[in-house]
Amino acid sequence: MDTTQITDTPPPAAQPTATEQKRAARGATRPGDRIFLGLSRGSGIFLLVIMAAIAVFLTYRASLAISKDHGNFLTTFEWNTGLQEPVFGIAVLAFGTIVSSIVAMAIAVPVAVAIALFLTHYAPRKLSGPIAYVIDLLAAVPSIVYGLWGALILVPHMNGLFGWLDDYLGWTGIFSWQGGAPRSMLTVGILLAIMILPIITNVSREVFRQTPRMNEEAALALGATRWEVIRMAVIPFGRSGVISASMLGLGRALGETMAVATVLSPTFDIQASLLDPGGGTFAQNIASKFGEATEFGRDALIASGLVLFVITLLVNGAARAIIARRAEYSGANA
Amino acid sequence: MAKRIDVSGLTAYYGSHKAIEDISMTVEPRSVTAFIGPSGCGKSTFLRTLNRMHEVTPGGRVEGKVMLDDEDLYGTGIDPVSVRREVGMVFQRPNPFPTMSIFDNVAAGLRLNGSYKKSELAEVVEKSLKGANLWNEVKDRLNKPGSGLSGGQQQRLCIARAIAVEPKVLLMDEPCSALDPISTLAIEDLIGELKERFTIVIVTHNMQQAARVSDRTAFFNLAAVGQPGKLIEIDETERIFSNPSVQATEDYISGRFG
Amino acid sequence: MSTATVSTLKGARLPKWSPYAIAGGSVGLAIAIGLAAGLDSRVQWGLIAAILFIVGTYGIAARVEGKRQAKDRIATSLVWVAFLLAVIPLVSLVWVTVVRGIKVLDLYFLTHSMGVVADTEPGGGIYHAIIGSLEQVGLATLIAAPVGVLTAIYLVEYGRGKLSKAITFFVDVMTGIPSIVAGLFILSLMLQFEMQPFGFAGSLALAILMMPVVVRSTEEMLKLVPNELREASLALGVPKWRTILKVVLPTSIGGITTGIMLAVARIAGETAPVLLLVFGNPFINTNPFEGAQSSLPLYIYQQYANSAGSGAAYDRAWAASLTLIAFVMILNLVARGIARWKAPKTGR
Repeated sequence: MDTTQITDTPPPAAQPTATEQKRAARGATRPGDRIFLGLSRGSGIFLLVIMAAIAVFLTYRASLAISKDHGNFLTTFEWNTGLQEPVFGIAVLAFGTIVSSIVAMAIAVPVAVAIALFLTHYAPRKLSGPIAYVIDLLAAVPSIVYGLWGALILVPHMNGLFGWLDDYLGWTGIFSWQGGAPRSMLTVGILLAIMILPIITNVSREVFRQTPRMNEEAALALGATRWEVIRMAVIPFGRSGVISASMLGLGRALGETMAVATVLSPTFDIQASLLDPGGGTFAQNIASKFGEATEFGRDALIASGLVLFVITLLVNGAARAIIARRAEYSGANA
Repeated sequence: MAKRIDVSGLTAYYGSHKAIEDISMTVEPRSVTAFIGPSGCGKSTFLRTLNRMHEVTPGGRVEGKVMLDDEDLYGTGIDPVSVRREVGMVFQRPNPFPTMSIFDNVAAGLRLNGSYKKSELAEVVEKSLKGANLWNEVKDRLNKPGSGLSGGQQQRLCIARAIAVEPKVLLMDEPCSALDPISTLAIEDLIGELKERFTIVIVTHNMQQAARVSDRTAFFNLAAVGQPGKLIEIDETERIFSNPSVQATEDYISGRFG
Repeated sequence: MSTATVSTLKGARLPKWSPYAIAGGSVGLAIAIGLAAGLDSRVQWGLIAAILFIVGTYGIAARVEGKRQAKDRIATSLVWVAFLLAVIPLVSLVWVTVVRGIKVLDLYFLTHSMGVVADTEPGGGIYHAIIGSLEQVGLATLIAAPVGVLTAIYLVEYGRGKLSKAITFFVDVMTGIPSIVAGLFILSLMLQFEMQPFGFAGSLALAILMMPVVVRSTEEMLKLVPNELREASLALGVPKWRTILKVVLPTSIGGITTGIMLAVARIAGETAPVLLLVFGNPFINTNPFEGAQSSLPLYIYQQYANSAGSGAAYDRAWAASLTLIAFVMILNLVARGIARWKAPKTGR
């Protein structure tokens, strides 16, 4: 038999060999080894301590505020921490955070996936390398710059689009517009979408690029068009990667502070329309209210930050769970 | 249903590198034609020009004519997608779609053309799996992922997938090189059955295999590394292995190949 | 079977120029509709043209070439449209920042503070913000880089068992912390111990954001070091810690440096924690351990937010943005340069 079989060498994982472990055990008695092990293990433990401290201190300071809340922390539509009997609740913030993130995801994910496909399957090869590199760099542009651009350039350009949406889709209620400055949830969502586009694109592109060539050829050999190849071989293979990329983007959108704070003109209420200014997000509310907040007010903001923290943890956890489940099904590919 | 392939003056390139040069041959319908030759002689490249898969590789291009009955695959107005539907292909390593079930893998090609009823689809899937001698082994787990099968079963699944769309020609690119001897035997038996219905072209590194399965054998060679591969001769398999007309063929077959 | 009459291979194909023709036609039609209906926004014209193009392509292609080809063409156009659509804001961002930023960006701007300049007046600069940024980011790196690298060494070289699993898990969790939450954590400490804003508090929050990034990238790099290298060294009787210091780290130092630089670039642009903890200060304060400081991203925000539409403040905000982007991009480019230059040595 011939031996042209391709064997994938597994990446050199840091699995210990028996000898290495024995040596490590013996070596640990040397002072040098003990110090080094102590240092590196200490660093790891230090990280755990920080996480614990974050949880403990945020919860403690938050409990100081929540215990004196004369409203319901979860359902109150108000944020008045300066009163004798302070009243504040996160309902509006939770709503605004989720709405703006949904808008951002609804725009960014399809576009990012399309760009990733463009780079891997449509663009001329000479073009796709440099474009991918530039997109990589754009992922590093600080969020405050996006915020400045959003507030000074994007907002004025939204008027036309808003009028149009109001004319044709105003009847839905979601796209009705009373003509205020377009510093609304939709604008925020669009800006967030632009911000998370590079990161989602990059991760998706990496995943699509790793589609096994032989699966694509199998589809081609069945007489599939380019689009059908993508649907049969590329997207199923990359789905879990795209989901994890999207969750990464979602995590950023949920916690984004400055871009929202610069663009949104916040009010503390919930409204159906995405076009009328108003609403707020956790992060934006913290940044906007922090300046004039008393110590108690800051504790209340810490309480809202704790909720944001929990939400992002849940999102990240969900992403990991999805990926783990998909991996079982599609992993047996080697 | 099977069709004749008539190649004349075919040259294929990777970018500026000429991979094969000036190949002409005829492949008879309802027969098995084997391509043998040393590594790098372009036999796989040539195979891929027969269903326009060569041009999928970046920089790949082709000159010359490939007539499928009386149509030139490289003529103007020919849609490569339709070509690949007529000329199916099985690859060196089994490549079922990892996210699809066994059933969906076989049905994949059919679904491309849309309008099939469920019962029709099930019928074709069963027929194709039976045609690939796989039905009895998988009929109870059609909804399990195809990647859970053994290598040999996966390869037969790929053959079932290829024949489900009723191609005229079936190209096989070293279909057994990643398989164990028993699976190889199963595939070779299958090839014998499939030639009743299809025109089959198989690339193989294994001369015994060529001798066992093929009716005609083509020997490819290259003058030196970096030189384009060429067709040395094509003849009845029996003659190639007993009394080839070219010395190089005999050297290669008897193992005296430098 | 004679197939001379009907070819099964020859799908009817639209000519190569057809996408351009359809594009031209739909743009023309869109302009006509726009003029006729008196639509004044060019965004609307563009949208109408895009819709016409897609519907037109599908209609014509489905008719001539069949549904499957039509779908393929639609996918192709959508992918191109998505790409062009995304390019517009990203190019605009870079373009506007450069064009507006260059206006007041000069040596004076880089070497003066806002100490005696009102936010609405022209003049002043970002010297104090640069000092603040460098100190805060520098201190954060001094904390986060060693902790991150050492943790990664523990995870890759020593860690098996529960502790390393816990660390891996919480590093993942830490990666997802929003920057404002990291700021709130330090803020809660400051409230607890009744401290006033100062630069180092910002550094601590930035360090929290930076650590998991450094751990992750360093881990990746250490895992690339082939095990044979470690074994070869251990087999020579070299103690494990010296093996790590003399064999493992030098092999992966390029990648580790790249990871750290990318992490620095990331935290250099963080605004939210700095806003909460460092507060901002128009004067030059070179002491990060006492008193409010400024930083570049914070400066941009405050120029935008505190100056009620003053053009001079916006100009300064753009110029500071340009400086910040330039700093971040140079870090990125150098980091990637190092990665590329060192790559072959990691055995890839």
